[in-house]
Amino acid sequence: MKVTILQFPGTNCEYDTQHAFEQLGATCEIIWHKSESIPSDTNLLVVAGGFSYGDYLRSGAIAKFSPVMKAVTTYANKGGKVLGICNGFQVLTEAGLLPGALKRNDGLHFISKHHTLKVENNDNTFLKKLNNGDVVNIPIAHHDGNYFIDEAGLADLEKNNQILLRYTDEKGNLQNPNGSVSSIAGICNKDKNVFGLMPHPERAMESILGSDDGVKMLEGFLAS
Amino acid sequence: MTAIVNVSLKAGVLDSQGKAVHHALDSLNFEGVEDVRIGKQIVLQLAETDKDKAMTEVTKMCEEILANTVIEDYKIELI
Repeated sequence: MKVTILQFPGTNCEYDTQHAFEQLGATCEIIWHKSESIPSDTNLLVVAGGFSYGDYLRSGAIAKFSPVMKAVTTYANKGGKVLGICNGFQVLTEAGLLPGALKRNDGLHFISKHHTLKVENNDNTFLKKLNNGDVVNIPIAHHDGNYFIDEAGLADLEKNNQILLRYTDEKGNLQNPNGSVSSIAGICNKDKNVFGLMPHPERAMESILGSDDGVKMLEGFLAS
Repeated sequence: MTAIVNVSLKAGVLDSQGKAVHHALDSLNFEGVEDVRIGKQIVLQLAETDKDKAMTEVTKMCEEILANTVIEDYKIELI
């Protein structure tokens, strides 16, 4: 299992992501955004979190023009699996690989804390090791995590089971920290090979550090 | 030629910053403010001298990068 992790200027979660996937037995390679291709043995491509290009203009807006993004789009369009975490999610929406956009949090504050999330649809690679309705505890750390999509887009997401996770309380009742439409924390594309979420599963790999609920999420990509 | 691009959240997309500023104006007893929207202004100095060509080019810039048309509208002024 080979995980390729993208690194833009300002990315800061690439090493955490590498550590998390290596803990699960994967081989990881971090590639710089100037690369015009991605390693041919890649099984999963991760757009890691951080602040690519300092979040200038809009979060993820400038990263989408990095040389590597053409290769990412080609890889995704061929059915390759892509996971965008936090800033990676923002980059994937800006690049048009995922629908919607991420706006400034409604409360205008940067939010950094553990949050509980409910699994909405597990009929995909990412969440297949979890059950629908499971509640997981995963850290969030973002300023622009307020997911927006228009009503027609939301109806499409619902219809195609593209909503992966919603922000909830510990019992699974909706609890919205940032104003996201329908309390959405993560989605996938229609073909279910491109995934994006604001929470950080790679930071929830050991119970001694607060939660190991990220293990079951990331393991989905490793299990056949 | 100078192009002034104003980018703001679309009508119907909640503008949290605008709302916070509206609230602050209320607190300061400025009455009669019905709505506040906050955007950003991008000023471009262009070599192009033909207005139509400049408008076409800047519109392309807005569509491709300066605005995210999922959530934002843009207005272009050429001077």
